Amino acid sequence: MARIGVLIETNEKSVKPANFGVLTAARGEGNEIYAFVLEADAAAFQDGLKAYGVSKVIAVGASDGDFSKKPDLQAAALVAAMKNVEITALLTLSSTRGKDLLARMAAATHSGLALDCIGVDLDAGTCVKPYFAGKTEATLKLSGDLFLCAIRPNAIEETEAPCDITAETFTADVTDDGKLVIKEVKASGSAKVDLSEANVIVTGGRPIGSKENFSILEECANAMGGAVGASRVAVDSGFASHAMQVGQTGKIVSPKLYIGCGLSGSVQHFAGMKTSKVIVAINNDKDAPIFTKCDYGIVGDLFEVVPALTAALKK
Amino acid sequence: MRVYVCVKHVPDTAANIKVVGGSGFDESVKFIVNPYDEYAIGEASKLVKAEGGEVVIVTLGKASAMTTVRAALAIGGDRGILIKTDKQFVESDETALILAKAIEEDGGADMIFAGKQAADSEGMQTCYRLAANLGMPVATEVIGFSYADGKAIVEREIGGGEREVIEMTAPCVVGATKGLNEVKYPKLPDIMKAKKKPVNEMDAGSLKVDALGLVELVSLEQVPERSNAKMLEGSVTEAVDTLVKLLRDEAKVLD
Ligand SMILES: Cc1cc2nc3c(=O)[nH]c(=O)nc-3n(C[C@H](O)[C@H](O)[C@H](O)COP(=O)(O)OP(=O)(O)OC[C@H]3O[C@@H](n4cnc5c(N)ncnc54)[C@H](O)[C@@H]3O)c2cc1C
Repeated sequence: MARIGVLIETNEKSVKPANFGVLTAARGEGNEIYAFVLEADAAAFQDGLKAYGVSKVIAVGASDGDFSKKPDLQAAALVAAMKNVEITALLTLSSTRGKDLLARMAAATHSGLALDCIGVDLDAGTCVKPYFAGKTEATLKLSGDLFLCAIRPNAIEETEAPCDITAETFTADVTDDGKLVIKEVKASGSAKVDLSEANVIVTGGRPIGSKENFSILEECANAMGGAVGASRVAVDSGFASHAMQVGQTGKIVSPKLYIGCGLSGSVQHFAGMKTSKVIVAINNDKDAPIFTKCDYGIVGDLFEVVPALTAALKK
Repeated sequence: MRVYVCVKHVPDTAANIKVVGGSGFDESVKFIVNPYDEYAIGEASKLVKAEGGEVVIVTLGKASAMTTVRAALAIGGDRGILIKTDKQFVESDETALILAKAIEEDGGADMIFAGKQAADSEGMQTCYRLAANLGMPVATEVIGFSYADGKAIVEREIGGGEREVIEMTAPCVVGATKGLNEVKYPKLPDIMKAKKKPVNEMDAGSLKVDALGLVELVSLEQVPERSNAKMLEGSVTEAVDTLVKLLRDEAKVLD
């Protein structure tokens, strides 16, 4: 049994549900879990974390004051916070932010790092992650002072393990060279559910044909509380924003349910969604390659099938 | 400005990958410029066009990676450096030490671009390690870049449709991804010109870096495609009704 750290991704004052799989992975066969939050008030997160086996939540800050605009300072503070409680292994969500912070920590401390992992064995010191866009999986053994691993959202099924929790604050004595500052966060306002954390994704490909037509996918996704994705062709044709692209050069997603509508099933698209639990394909060509690599298929015109599916879901 | 672009020689993203010998793969497939690096080359070329200077392509790879150095030079770039190794997978820490050393020995960078990750080993960390080795700030997954008065302003998508705007003091490392620019595919004259551009070749060993060996590739396994999809027949209404029932009762992915 070891003491393992988990960096928690927060959403205003709550713990994002996507963290629960990471906590489950960290717990393994009964490890002691300390959670780190880059927020002022650790106690606010106690209730959200204790169900998943977290015995202590630590709010990490910097003596330098507000470090929310300084990712290098956040990384340095986290390294100090880990040291303070004698933790050498840290897991987090492989989100844009999680990957960035862990990579900064690894580079600053020359530690072993694996990002976008789909499995971790803390006793063996190994991680499993896709190589070649999901065509293969690599097992990596990490060494160095710290063991840093980011886990793909939804890759690990969450299980609860309630325990008692305490909260504390740690202020790291760290400084920054000021060479990098986040100036602003711009909201585009469009995406409601974060694609990479959605449980259900309905994706449209080339035949969607226009921005407006995406509304039929939105209605279907809404009926399941899901999000809408797009293929690269749909994005490059201007039907959808880049933030919606799934695939090798887009988002990596791993939802419980992925419904591809008018997708041919290209390797580059599958690179981004291959680890989905269940894949459904809707395509009007019975010989489309996607039918050879999905779980359920419907041959038909997406403009008929998708609205019918939405209606069936609402029944 | 002297702008470096770190480019990797990787298997075509559409290639079939066959694992051989436990942790290697059949390398007799087509190799290409790492797709994310194309955006890096495009942005470096734009910057040098505006500010003056030169674009230097740096590749760590097998001797065969010369094709990728030439292909990169055809997209943009004035000269190349090929650092030769006998491995396809060089661990990120070692790669970053080698790239940093080669760049410093070549004269040092005013700006460094690279792809946010390699399409083969998907490490996503070389940019960070390279920046740390050179004492530079770094940002990756960059989809917007501008430069003025010794500062780079970059934008990155951070999920939920939000974009972060970051200011970095140059020199810095920028990890590019799709959205940064439109890749211009080289025309025949560009390809011919690229063949004549100078490429400095050296062995990785001659740079004498001390890598710690932080990540070891223990094994590589093939991931089989799923097969035997259940095709739902009948009228559209019948098919979707069956699908919803199966998703609820069989796959248990819907409430
Ligand atoms: C380096 C690189 C990176 C890439 N990265 C990505 C990436 O991140 N994401 C990505 O998606 N692609 C990516 N691609 C592109 C990829 O190779 C494919 O071109 C793309 O995924 C195809 O998109 P599509 O399936 O929407 O379109 P198509 O391949 O054109 O397929 C459309 C499908 O829709 C079907 N269809 C047509 N009309 C209807 C209808 N009315 N109803 C139902 N079905 C219909 C057709 O039968 C066809 O199978 C990348 C390519 C490269 C080279």
